[in-house]
Amino acid sequence: MEIVVVLVILGALALFFVATYNRLVTLRQRVKEAWADIDVQLKRRHDLIPNLVETVKGYATHESTVFQKVTEARAAAVAAGASATPEQRAQAENMLTGALRSVFAVAENYPQLQAVQEFKDLSENLTATEDKISFARRFYNGNVRDYNTSLQTFPTNVFAGMFGFGPEQYFELADAAERETPQVKF
Amino acid sequence: MTTDSTPARVSIYEAAAANRWRTLLLIAAFTALIAVLAYFVGEYFAPGGGGIAALPFAFAISTGGALVSYFAGDKLILAQSQARELGPSEEPQLRNIVEALALGLGIPTPKIYVIEDSAPNAFATGRDPRHASIAVTRGLLDKLDRTELEGVIAHELSHVGNRDIRVMVLVTVLVGTVALLADWMWRSFFWTQGGRRDRDRGGAGAIIAVIAIALAVLTPIIATLIQLAVSRQREYLADASGALLTRYPPGLASALRKIAADKEPLEVANKATASLYIANPLKDAPAFFDHLFDTHPPIEERIKRLEAMD
Repeated sequence: MEIVVVLVILGALALFFVATYNRLVTLRQRVKEAWADIDVQLKRRHDLIPNLVETVKGYATHESTVFQKVTEARAAAVAAGASATPEQRAQAENMLTGALRSVFAVAENYPQLQAVQEFKDLSENLTATEDKISFARRFYNGNVRDYNTSLQTFPTNVFAGMFGFGPEQYFELADAAERETPQVKF
Repeated sequence: MTTDSTPARVSIYEAAAANRWRTLLLIAAFTALIAVLAYFVGEYFAPGGGGIAALPFAFAISTGGALVSYFAGDKLILAQSQARELGPSEEPQLRNIVEALALGLGIPTPKIYVIEDSAPNAFATGRDPRHASIAVTRGLLDKLDRTELEGVIAHELSHVGNRDIRVMVLVTVLVGTVALLADWMWRSFFWTQGGRRDRDRGGAGAIIAVIAIALAVLTPIIATLIQLAVSRQREYLADASGALLTRYPPGLASALRKIAADKEPLEVANKATASLYIANPLKDAPAFFDHLFDTHPPIEERIKRLEAMD
């Protein structure tokens, strides 16, 4: 009789561990998939920037510091993309966003440039890409939040570490509001 | 309708899981409906055994309906709505909005269709996010600004992410099947009525005849009621998750206001497809059934709920 009770308890525990383990794997996988979405858009932005610099350079010949800065920021972002953590990557990308803004600010001073179709296409493409990065980031951060939350709630927090589950990093730390659970009220 | 409640936060994963159950439940409900109809009609035509004999046909029909809707339902609906798929360089603004919002939901970019009609409206269809399509009318593109368009697209993509689209396609095709079936039975009553009357059927036969005729009338109505109840309930949820996606509820609210103010009906929509659209495309409001036959919740109520969000 006692053996049956012990077996039942052990069986229930094993089931619980398997279910929790699988849930954590699923959640972590979602984080990885969401990260891949961001990665694609960031690479797309990296690819667009050299063309933009070349196009603007042709008209704004006296702005070499701005171009140098954006080229450097892009190189740093590309390098960070190869290996760095989401946190370091976010920092590099934020620098790039700033440098990119100054290129567009410079471009404002050259009316002929604004009329060039290639420039129009590039700036439209870049704006759309920024948009996509911000939405992909939102989805990623939402998934990180779900994963981290279930990692930190009892009783998962007791043994998640033993199975090698660690918290994932948010992308873009400047925007702390996004980490909170959004509320829809009716 | 005050029974539709929306939880504080429903991730697309939870909504999708709930919709898997809903799909099974719907197939069961429609199978039962068709089976009951077939049983009594079979009994009517061949008393003492005809009802049981008709059941395999009923199951074949509902299985066939479910399979057709799963694999081809979206194509049927898009073809019937005269939607045309956009080329890769057409409507870049619309494409960018769809791509960006799809990233925000973590779903692949659906195929984008345009319906050349000046009435503003939109719908999404497909069997899952990998086989999804979203259709907007020319009027929607012309009459809405960017934030409003974003609101509408976010609403439609929420239907995709929540797997509402599969439920809605299934319901649309099954309702069509039931209507067709009932219509066909109705006709056979008339063709055979003369011969049947001559025979002495007894009390039980008369009762069966009454039930069979009543069912032929009621089944399509019951099917439509199931469809409408399902679709109304999905709209509030898609409004909420759409607003959550854009983080800008006034965009969708203002779009709904513009769509409601437009009095022009959408010609390519019909009773079966009406509930797919973001707002009732038929523009008719039968008052005497107390909203039982509404395809959508009242638009004022949806706007009010959107405005109450922060």
